[in-house]
Amino acid sequence: MDEFLARALAGGLALAVVAGPFGCFVVWRRMAYFGDTLAHAALLGVVLGALLDLDFGIGIAALSLTLALAVGLMQRRRDLASDTVLGILSHGALALGLVVLSLMQDARINVMGWLLGDILSLDWFDVAVMWGGGAVLLAALAVLWRSLVAITIDEDLAAVEGHAVERARLGLMVLVALVVAAAMKVVGILLVTALLVVPAATARRFARTPEQMAALAVLVGAAAVVLGLGASWRFDTPSGPSVVVAALGVFLASRAVPGRG
Amino acid sequence: MTAPALVSIEGASLVRGGQTVLSGVSLAVRPGRIVTIVGPNGAGKSTLVKVALGLLAPDSGKVTRAEGMVVGYVPQSLNVEPTLPLSVRRFLSMAAPRASRPEQEAALERVGAGHVLGRQVVQLSGGELQRVMLARAVLRRPRLLVLDEPVGGVDMAGQAEIYDLIADFARTQGTGVLMVSHDLHVVMAATDEVVCLNRHVCCAGHPEAVSRHPEYLALFGARVANSLAVYTHVHDHQHLADGSVGGTEHGHGPGCSHHG
Repeated sequence: MDEFLARALAGGLALAVVAGPFGCFVVWRRMAYFGDTLAHAALLGVVLGALLDLDFGIGIAALSLTLALAVGLMQRRRDLASDTVLGILSHGALALGLVVLSLMQDARINVMGWLLGDILSLDWFDVAVMWGGGAVLLAALAVLWRSLVAITIDEDLAAVEGHAVERARLGLMVLVALVVAAAMKVVGILLVTALLVVPAATARRFARTPEQMAALAVLVGAAAVVLGLGASWRFDTPSGPSVVVAALGVFLASRAVPGRG
Repeated sequence: MTAPALVSIEGASLVRGGQTVLSGVSLAVRPGRIVTIVGPNGAGKSTLVKVALGLLAPDSGKVTRAEGMVVGYVPQSLNVEPTLPLSVRRFLSMAAPRASRPEQEAALERVGAGHVLGRQVVQLSGGELQRVMLARAVLRRPRLLVLDEPVGGVDMAGQAEIYDLIADFARTQGTGVLMVSHDLHVVMAATDEVVCLNRHVCCAGHPEAVSRHPEYLALFGARVANSLAVYTHVHDHQHLADGSVGGTEHGHGPGCSHHG
């Protein structure tokens, strides 16, 4: 096996391990569009990063965090529906990114690479960052876990029972923003939400507890990464879309199996 | 010799989106007492409950709650996300982590839902979920029980049982109960104090006195109110010399005679 395939697998599996549990909350709390918004806006982060001569990762992470907090705070005011707010931010930021990009004459930004991801370009440092960063993100999620499950059931009930509702809510948005920023390099802006949503949705019918669903989502995601990268290698198809197609295949196959949830 | 209130609201007003939702509302819940809020739709009942719970801060007025008090809360409705796998057992444990399995079973048994412990929450019917939520609130061994229409979706026979259970809990455990109800018949029979709310407190006090109050009659109609009078006498032995009925600052109509 070539080394760059090994790196791609190592990076992809790191992502599957992180995306499984976070993807469950994306499904439970209906945050799929939030993930899409962050991904779309990330192109603006890439462009601004290039303008300011920053590392792409820093540009994306900074923009994603800002946006996550902005959405979190705007959702407190209820004069606009949540998906309307996201629609404005998502497409506004994407359009702004494309316009600014066109104005930058000398920018060498591989737009296709960002849109579709390029897992085969990961180096070992990237892989180490993904596993290390992933461990930190999962540890933070574990701290918030009980409160997050409680606010997923009912925010008022959780508050009465002593959970720090606001901390959990905003914390989750910030963490998901970081997961999306990390995943983008692997599967690209267009497909990043799929890696969160599809494994969790596949796991739902076979889980009887929140934790089972998170663990199963990790397994489904890992299977999709292995199958997708294998197919990409064998048939010379783009890696990000191949992983998502593999996840879709697992999802569809799972529907044929009787569930127990 | 009145026990200090578990929660007391004095002159709370709340405006949302230019609409006055609550205006100068006062009430107090003491240990072992059942206070029931009645009122038409849009009267601000659920808002008042949220103010009492500390979930909403009033724009003016004062809310005092006993320090470190464990509260059991049953919201008006609970829409559990169908994608969330959650057993009834886990749902109960989240509210009361220290309750043992037999305690959980006993609590469900008491609310007439002993058969659902192993089920998933999303598979429960509306009435079953309502019973499970009550069991969950009680398992917390609360000093204050706050119930927003606790029998919504529960069948008629079950409703009386549940009100009996709530009353029994208040008498034996000394728990204070703040409850919202539409079910005027049962309210009148199973409560120590009724607060009739229509953004402001129309009248408050002994169920029987409130049911004869002109503002109450105007809100609910004389026919409903008369049918209630039959039921109230059953319960008036509960209202002893104490007679404290929520203060005088909320203003009473001329026919109001419920002050002890």
